[in-house]
Amino acid sequence: MNWGSAQAFFAMGGYALYVWGAYGVAAACILLELWVLHRRHRTLKRDLSRRDADGSSGQT
Amino acid sequence: MALNVWKYASPQTFYPLAGRLVPWFFTLAAVLAVVGLYIGFFVAPTDFQQGESYRIIFIHVPAAWMSMFLYIVMAFWCAVGMVFNTRLSFMMALAIAPTGAMFTFVALWTGSLWGKPTWGTWWVWDARLTSELILLFLYIGFMSLHAAIDDVRRADRAAGLLALVGAINVPIIYFSVKWWNTLHQGASVSLSRSPSMASTMLTAMLLMSLAAWMYAIAVSFVRVRAIILERESESDWVHELRSAAA
Amino acid sequence: MNTLGLAPALATVVRRDLILALRRRSDVLTTFFFFVIVVSLFPLGVGPEPATLRTIAPGVVWVAALLASMLALGRLFASDFSDGTLEQLVLTPQPLVLLVVAKVFAHWLVTGLPLVLIAPALGLQFDLPAPALGVMTAALLLGTPCLSLIGAIGAALTLGVRGADALLAVLVLPLYIPVLIFGAGAVSASAAGMAVTGHLSLLGAFLLIALVLGPLAAAAALRIALE
Repeated sequence: MNWGSAQAFFAMGGYALYVWGAYGVAAACILLELWVLHRRHRTLKRDLSRRDADGSSGQT
Repeated sequence: MALNVWKYASPQTFYPLAGRLVPWFFTLAAVLAVVGLYIGFFVAPTDFQQGESYRIIFIHVPAAWMSMFLYIVMAFWCAVGMVFNTRLSFMMALAIAPTGAMFTFVALWTGSLWGKPTWGTWWVWDARLTSELILLFLYIGFMSLHAAIDDVRRADRAAGLLALVGAINVPIIYFSVKWWNTLHQGASVSLSRSPSMASTMLTAMLLMSLAAWMYAIAVSFVRVRAIILERESESDWVHELRSAAA
Repeated sequence: MNTLGLAPALATVVRRDLILALRRRSDVLTTFFFFVIVVSLFPLGVGPEPATLRTIAPGVVWVAALLASMLALGRLFASDFSDGTLEQLVLTPQPLVLLVVAKVFAHWLVTGLPLVLIAPALGLQFDLPAPALGVMTAALLLGTPCLSLIGAIGAALTLGVRGADALLAVLVLPLYIPVLIFGAGAVSASAAGMAVTGHLSLLGAFLLIALVLGPLAAAAALRIALE
């Protein structure tokens, strides 16, 4: 184990801003990507079922 | 075996296959990331020179490797699409691009945050970071060109050609930038070179790289499924899928 | 039906493009003056200190050349595309790749060559020593055709596309970077009294590669655009 306490872990030897800034943005990017994809699929589902409801061979 | 491969070249057969595989790849990514980060933060020792800030490499290096690897894979699928005229190949390339760009951005951001405590500046014009920046432009160019062309088939092939031209250029650009960098730099230290790496550091880095790879596959599959649905929405099999799910 | 021989066909393409360019002289002159103005802006932004100017001169001249070259690219295929000539060119028996070379050559004559000729005068504004000016001319002579050849790929890919000009910049400028690095590097090296043969040889190599691969890719892109 490297860290004496949870506090030491979060402090990262004084480099907390850099280390957590780096990992934080990376995590945010990943979450954003997943969320955008989730929304895309949800919109698709909605649009496709709406098209089916209106009658197939979708003529808009 | 060869017959099976071509069977999955059709969007219709690939769609359910990808759907079944996605959870596995996400799970693998998560497990590998947890183990990798654990080793990186709790087992690997503090670096003598850089202190704790070096731990950024466990996200920076995998992101950088993936950004380059994904571009090659993307260009590969573009080449396959242009040679064999398979729709799915182009869809796959298009699905990979945003994830590749994301990793490139993460590599740049984390590289910058690593550079500040190490070299004192937020941006270092070292060969790797500069090439990463150019790679980001290449990804953006690919996605922009595809988005700008209305005819999907033309968009696929034009962006595909661009990806291939970019792929040929990337080594040329990299070596030009590397040369430029060594010429102009006083102290020739680079972010990419680390003295001797403790084996635990290397293990953590490799595990994180594998995690990033599994994640990239999972996300690309999810995205390609969306692209397939969007493009094939008029076709019978999608209708059947909808009515089966309803 | 007489099929035109290859050399006369290429000469015809070059001649036609030159005549068209001369008719639309304003287009040609705009590129030229853009180059001159951009280069002249830098001292105004950076300050007139000769030492600073001498340091930035190679980079400034080259970046301005890149931008001017890129601005001119929009005109390479666009007018032929809109009036149907391009389709005819694709259908002729002559190899499209060589027709592309001819068009790019004509384009370079009116947009690239003027830059090469005026650059030494601009270099003087930046207090570059005479040998460096010579190297600059040689480097631009090797580099500007590269820019046209590489740029032709981008121009062909973005034919008739919305926002083609801005998109062209995004696509083409990253590909210009090796030419920029070694072109500006040659002039810097010369100004510092170092050898330039390496730089110029590499530029020559880039030119050969661009000459072989560029028109191939551009022709493929044209076919994609015209399908």
